[in-house]
Amino acid sequence: MIEMKVISKRFGKVDPLSIDSYIKHDGYKGLEKAISNHPSHIIDEVEKSKIRGRGGAGFPTYIKVRALSKEAGKKYIVCNADEGEPGNFKDRMIMENDPHSVIEGMIIMAYATGAEQGYIYIRGEYQIAMNIMKETIKQAKDKGFLGKNIFNKGFNFEIEIRSGAGSYVCGEEFSLIESIEGKPGRSRTKPPFPTEKGIHNLPTLINNVETFANFPYIITIGGDKFAQIGTNSSTGTKLISLSGNVKKKGLYEVPFGTSIRDVIFKLGKGVKDDRKIKMVQLGGASGPIIPEYMLDMSIDFDRFENFDSKTGTGAIIVIDDRFDIFDILLTNMKFFVHQSCGKCAPCREGHIQIVNLLNKFINHRATEKDLMSLENLANVIQQTSLCGLGQTSMTSIISSLRYFRDDYFAKVRY
Amino acid sequence: MVNFKINNIDVSVEENTTILQAARKYHIDIPTLCNYPDLEIKSDCRVCVVEIEGQKRLFTSCSTVAREGMVINTNSPKVLNARKTIIELILANHDANCTACPKNLNCELQTLANKLGIDKNRFPTVLEVKPIDDKNPVLVRNINRCIKCGRCIDVCKNIQAMSVLDIMGRSKDIEITPAYGKYLTDEFCTYCGQCSSVCPVGAIIEKDDTDQVWEALNNPHLHVVVQVAPAVRVSLGEELGMEPGSIVTDKIVAALNYLGFDAVYDTDFTADLTIIEEGNELIHRVTNNGVLPMITSCCPGWINFAEQKYPDILDHISSCKSPQQMFGALAKSYYPEKIKKDPKDIFVVSIMPCTAKKYEAKRAEMSVDNVNPDVDVVLTTRELGKMIKQMGINFDSIKGEEFDKPFGITTGAAAIFGATGGVMEAALRTVYEVVNKEELKDINFTDVRGTKGLKEAEVDLGGTKVKVAVAHTLANAKIVCDQVREGTSPYTFIEIMTCPGGCIGGGGQPYGTTSEVREKRIEAVYQVDEDMSIRKSHDNPDIKALYDDYLEKPLGEKSHKLLHTHYKARNK
Repeated sequence: MIEMKVISKRFGKVDPLSIDSYIKHDGYKGLEKAISNHPSHIIDEVEKSKIRGRGGAGFPTYIKVRALSKEAGKKYIVCNADEGEPGNFKDRMIMENDPHSVIEGMIIMAYATGAEQGYIYIRGEYQIAMNIMKETIKQAKDKGFLGKNIFNKGFNFEIEIRSGAGSYVCGEEFSLIESIEGKPGRSRTKPPFPTEKGIHNLPTLINNVETFANFPYIITIGGDKFAQIGTNSSTGTKLISLSGNVKKKGLYEVPFGTSIRDVIFKLGKGVKDDRKIKMVQLGGASGPIIPEYMLDMSIDFDRFENFDSKTGTGAIIVIDDRFDIFDILLTNMKFFVHQSCGKCAPCREGHIQIVNLLNKFINHRATEKDLMSLENLANVIQQTSLCGLGQTSMTSIISSLRYFRDDYFAKVRY
Repeated sequence: MVNFKINNIDVSVEENTTILQAARKYHIDIPTLCNYPDLEIKSDCRVCVVEIEGQKRLFTSCSTVAREGMVINTNSPKVLNARKTIIELILANHDANCTACPKNLNCELQTLANKLGIDKNRFPTVLEVKPIDDKNPVLVRNINRCIKCGRCIDVCKNIQAMSVLDIMGRSKDIEITPAYGKYLTDEFCTYCGQCSSVCPVGAIIEKDDTDQVWEALNNPHLHVVVQVAPAVRVSLGEELGMEPGSIVTDKIVAALNYLGFDAVYDTDFTADLTIIEEGNELIHRVTNNGVLPMITSCCPGWINFAEQKYPDILDHISSCKSPQQMFGALAKSYYPEKIKKDPKDIFVVSIMPCTAKKYEAKRAEMSVDNVNPDVDVVLTTRELGKMIKQMGINFDSIKGEEFDKPFGITTGAAAIFGATGGVMEAALRTVYEVVNKEELKDINFTDVRGTKGLKEAEVDLGGTKVKVAVAHTLANAKIVCDQVREGTSPYTFIEIMTCPGGCIGGGGQPYGTTSEVREKRIEAVYQVDEDMSIRKSHDNPDIKALYDDYLEKPLGEKSHKLLHTHYKARNK
């Protein structure tokens, strides 16, 4: 079997609304082990595990954790559950099926870094997950896993829920921080990074839901052992949200290094009506679009970077040959027009013009010059935008210009 | 020190220097748009991007700190293309009808487009035309020209602590506007005009009243007089191509005569008058257990601010009208008597460094006959510059002339009204000598000079050491006002000016007013003071003559009617 269930191992087996059920299935064992050691030991284990952030950017987690642990004074830990990337539902599944694993991961991080306040920023539409997480926090508090003097170790940690309000960009770390502060979700100038100046300009560690859910496992089996799962550059497992024209859509967990083709055909049982795959979009709306012949590519952060994209959220959207690439691109780009926060010029103004240019192709009014304009504009938006939104939104355009150039030429008017 | 390369030039700068700062130090030009010297780094426009070797993305030089060993290229093809593309994108969503814009040839976006060689735009316009906010007498907000750089938000929030403007909406619908898309009149706007001063384009500008002045000048029935504020003589030159800090007093007089004004007067005269009235008011308050500290009242932005935000401390504010309004009142009462004209035929124009003065002149209480305004039209320094250009006057070569009488003689004390601390210093020069009945050994109160936001000094008045304070910008005004409100203010007399640097940094001053420019104007202000033969208001013989001839005595009946006013709480 190519599946390897680590994060999802308790899905369906535990009652998400029962902390006892979680404990019965080895829950809070990682925390117990973590607090029996010195905080620095946890960070060492995280470093050894070589785990990279599961929110998409794939940044080495230990660097952020260590940076936060070195900051003095009040600091925050934030769980980014603003899963807004189209095609992704892994964070929702974790929160709905095994919510305590997230809380456990956050408490471990609080112990490791000395943060006493945590937030879970949940996408506004995820009402069920939000209710579950609220109940989970209450249960953890009742058991003494949250609150004052946890496990009599003299460390305190509280978690509060913050609801998103329907803005995609709030998944971007600084927009999320602004939103937690009660401001409109608009990014900030980097540096300073959140671990230096985050919420209320205090040090803040932001990790994705899946990243937090990995910590109990890393502590339980040890960083070295965790690092043996997956590939050299990408360790551990990855939750994959598989959707589109496949027979068996759903959430799958595979070790890094598994090929995309295997996920689609072995887990997803291939394309509906056994049609041909026209293209596959990886990661979500901000991910690359690749042709069928590239499906043997393995799921691996470094491989994704080949697309000038860091999107490794783990969505695979399969699109069969009934669809035109421009339908997909236009949908994506209209999405970004709506979701740009409007703060920086290339993102605010650029996406409008990208949609204009795409419409020219769709209406067979585009010239070769427009093709050049599109390519140029997509590159400029990617190179110059302030935050992750504009820096990744062009990935589908840029990859389609590389792998589906003929589709463009077919629409060009000579 | 950090050593790195920009465009193959070895560069060495202090730690924590941004790439932009480093480049400027080495005379390497990196274009910027949202960046403004005295304001926050926003990195919103992305125009100042540069290429850092080894990095795929481009980085904004304004916000990226230079690191050892960096290899930076500020004008590689990739950078130039990105910059050009961004400006084209901005232009495609901007009302780029340049000749129909007051900022034409004075617009940072236009200049940048020109510099980058943009003579056509690859992108079609996507501008959705929205209504213009011109419902107030002072500022016009034309959102169609706004490029969302955020400078106005920054100056309003961080310098003035007002936060009238903010970003609304998101993406392409983003708008910089008062809350809930209201008009400026609905908001706590003091009309200080600092937003218009920093706007790189023509999105916020003062209401243009030059046509009214042309009309008056061309009306043979009207006797049109003009007064020139102290701060204008050290700044108008910039508007007409001269160096910051150029003193152009006599050239202004000549130009105004050339424009056809019947008489050209100096607001400095009524500034001296203000000192006499305000100084006596202070002495009166001190000796009669009056409300203290007393706060100056010359600055109309500050008065708007106090009436809106500090209605409970209004009795601390001097009842003296501002020099502009004292002049207006005299010009519509004493002056017509003197020249034997019907006050209705007198048309008063003032040239101010200020946008809020336009509002002040329109206040109902600023009218001696309770019908017509004492000051008919207020022009900013910029508007006067415009009229001089329209008339084709060669300002550089025009021969200087003198102000007209009877308000002819002025003092150095009045001249320094233009700089922060100036009113305080002028008042102290007079109050000290009146109270202590002895001549000041050194009339320069240097403690209250300079650009520090809050300044303090101690003066000996009749044997008691008295503390005074000077605040400029409303953020600093807030600090001293809170003390007054809480009853903890240690001061007897406070000067408050709305704009950074005082009137020389006013909202109506020439564009490009940065702290560097402000310093030069301040220097010029004190130069004017030093060059004056009389430097104390109470030594002004024309002021003495005015009291003998008409007003009788300071704080007298006529003074109260003409030179003093009252304030009332307002909720917007």
